[in-house]
Formats: sequence, structure tokens, C-alpha cells
Amino acid sequence: MVDTRIAPHEILLPVRAGFIALTLIAAFLANLLPWSGAGLWIKPDFVALIVLYWCIEQPRRVGFGAAWLLGLFMDVADGTLFGQHALAYSILAYAGLVLHRRVLGFTGTAQVVHVVVLLLMNDLIVLVIRMLAGADFPGFQYFVGSFVAGALWLPLGALLKLPQQPKSDPYHA
Amino acid sequence: MEHSPPPFFRTGPTPLARLLIFSALSLAFLIADARFHYLVDLRQVAQVIVYPFQRIAAAPIGIAQRIGEFFVTHSSLREDNARLAQENFANAAALSQMKALQAENAQLRQLLDARERLGLAASTAEVLYSARDPFSRKVVVDRGSQHGVEAGQAVVDDRGVIGQVTRAYPWLAEVTLVTDKGHFVPVQNLRNGLRAVLAGTGNDGALELRFIPLNADFQNGDQLVTSGIDGVYPQGVPVAQVSHVERNAAQLFARITCTPLAGVANYNHVLIVQGKRELPRPPVEEPKTPRQRKARKG
Repeated sequence: MVDTRIAPHEILLPVRAGFIALTLIAAFLANLLPWSGAGLWIKPDFVALIVLYWCIEQPRRVGFGAAWLLGLFMDVADGTLFGQHALAYSILAYAGLVLHRRVLGFTGTAQVVHVVVLLLMNDLIVLVIRMLAGADFPGFQYFVGSFVAGALWLPLGALLKLPQQPKSDPYHA
Repeated sequence: MEHSPPPFFRTGPTPLARLLIFSALSLAFLIADARFHYLVDLRQVAQVIVYPFQRIAAAPIGIAQRIGEFFVTHSSLREDNARLAQENFANAAALSQMKALQAENAQLRQLLDARERLGLAASTAEVLYSARDPFSRKVVVDRGSQHGVEAGQAVVDDRGVIGQVTRAYPWLAEVTLVTDKGHFVPVQNLRNGLRAVLAGTGNDGALELRFIPLNADFQNGDQLVTSGIDGVYPQGVPVAQVSHVERNAAQLFARITCTPLAGVANYNHVLIVQGKRELPRPPVEEPKTPRQRKARKG
């Protein structure tokens, strides 16, 4: 009997470095969009999401360096404490690198559950740093973005794998 | 040596080691920034790298506004025009009165041998976006140290005080809004000249007056203007209106909630007040201002 929870391993083309860089820049830009009001709460942290995605999919290519640097840039763009996102993204990248085999072993909802937990941990790190620095608890809607990110995980995975699809007939393309 | 893997399998430090390195670096940055306020230069450099992305990301809202402006209806333009004409008429009267008062004021100052108040230079800036930080109330504007903006300058709009520049980058500046938790504005009650300190609460649209005795004369609807004694905000700019006064004898101080008058939560243009004011000013200047303001309003 075939266990349907285990992901079938597809054979895909290797990812181009340029494509990875492009998605990271796009995620950074998406975070910089002028969100306000309810949109600010619903908005997932795109950089965290994409960094986690590549750490799980391509642990040899994307890791601490990219996560840490993007974290610093996020801190500068938001005018927040220097290093808070850098620390959170570094720990997120670590979790992604360590758990990537486990997460890829699951499909569908089970994978999303892993991702949501990791992103909530990311939020929690930022929250703890800010509360240590003297901020108030911003309310539980602060965590909504991570659940939205979890909902985006599967469509995003399908989208980002599109450039890796092998051509149907490589000899007569 | 015989136990080391062949070069093909060498992948550098283990993830845990790397995590420790990067976490330690982040924590060092955090502590240096939060406690000692170092890293200002590093932040400036990183900001220059981030700047193009910020402009690109802020572009959609500008384009949307321009498209919106293009489709403004004829009737709304006419309404606007009529309203502006009316406002202009009302303002003209106030302005002529103010000019007379200014002339009189200048003369009196000269008579009193008081130092002349510096004319306030102001530059217009556009709000690019509000910072996406749920813990603070900040906006980023498109004028920076290249345009003469410095940290500490006051930011106002047509209705009142918006906040204060807290960080100036080469082409951008961060403005902390009056509603930010931990932001304070020295104010004065327009009705009776009582001085107080207005603090942000971290909520949009709510400010509170701190450390006001229970018997102090503050009422609902009182207008609060800047008192100017901090040397940051120019004198007499409207800040907020008292919206709720709660006097509980069990408490030491009255709870006075206010609503900001300026469009603190709006995206629009703001004025950055660049006039430098020297602080130890002659004490004779202080008691005159509230009365003048009253006369101007009435």
C-alpha cells in the first residue's frame, strides 16, 4: 500500500541562482509596499516566507548569509532596532536547514503546519526582542500574518517550481 | 587526518556553529543599537542600499493617487473650489489681522529689546509610507539630510503637529508620530495657558496628558497648542483636542485623553520645520503668547 502522506519525488531541473535572487528581492519589495491598517496585520512576512522556502528546498544554496543580510535590510527599512529581524531570520534559516528533510517528507497540510509553526517562532523572537526593549504587546492580531503565510505556502511552492519543470520532449522542443 | 572527509563533502561549519555565529552577531548589533546607539554609520550605509527598493515599493501608491486624481469628477472639483474660496475668504480676514498683530508684536519685541524670533523655514516633504512596525508609529518621508533635514526637527501639516524627525538618512527621513508610545510634546492649553506634557499612547488617534493634578482646569474640547519650551516644536502650533477627562479621587493624577488634530494617520504632504531655535531664551517672552493667540483666534 502506498502512503499518500509521503511526497513523491519529482525530477526537476536545477534552480538558477538568478531566480533565487529574484524571488528574494521580490519578497523584500513586497514587504516594503505601503501596507497600512488591516492590511498590515494580514500581510505575511514575505521575506521570512521566501527565505524559509529556499532553506527547505535548496539548503545548499540559501542559508544564513542571505537570511541575515535581508534581516538587516528589513530593520533599516522599518527603522526598527538593528539586528532584530537579522536574529529572527537567522534562527528561521537554521530551523529550515535542520528540518528540510523532514518538511519535504510531508505533503499538503502537514507541510503547512510545520511552516506555520516555524513562522510563528520567527514572530515570537521579534516580539520578545521588542518587549525586552520596552514596547507594549501589540495584540494577538500580530500573529495573523504567519497563518496567512501558511495558507500561501502550497500555491507559492507550485509557483516557484514552475521554472524547474522539465520540458516535455527535450529533443524536439 | 585519515578521518577528515574528502573535499567533496566539506561544507564548512555545521549549521549549529553558523547559527551561533550569526546570532551572536545579531545580538551584538541589537545591544549596540539599543543600549549605546552605535552603528549610526552602518545604518546610513545600509539605508543607501535599501533606498532604491523603498522608492520602487512606494511607487504604486503614487501612481494610484495620480490615476485617482485624473478621474476626479467635475462636481467634486466645483465643490472643492467653492469650499476653498470660502476658506480663502475667511483666512484672508484672519491673515490681515495676523499681519497687524505681527507688526505690533515686532515693535513690542524691539521695545522690550527681546531677541527676535527666527522666521521658521520649512520644506515640504511627501509621506512615502508608514513603517510596517506594529510596535511603533512612524512614517518615512522623501526628504533627507541632503535637503537639510536633521534629526530633531518638528514635522507639521496644515492642521497641526504630526511628529518629529528621529533619523535622517541621505534622501529619506524617519518621522516619529505624536501617537508613538514614548513620544512627548510640551503643550499649553489655549483657553487658560496651562502647560502640560502630551504623551503618545501607541494607538492611532489617542494621546494623553500626563501628571496633571486632579483639580487642574482641563475640559472637554480644550485646544492644546505647542508651548515651545522644548526648543523643538515652534510655539503655538495646534496639537490636539481634549476628548475625555476622568477625575478619580483615588488616583493621584487626572486621566485626560486627547485626539490629535493633524492628519497623523494620513498619507499626504507634511512640512518639516527647519528653523533652528536657540534655547535659553529670555523669560519675558513666555507669558505673552497665549494671550496673543487668543486674540488671533477670536
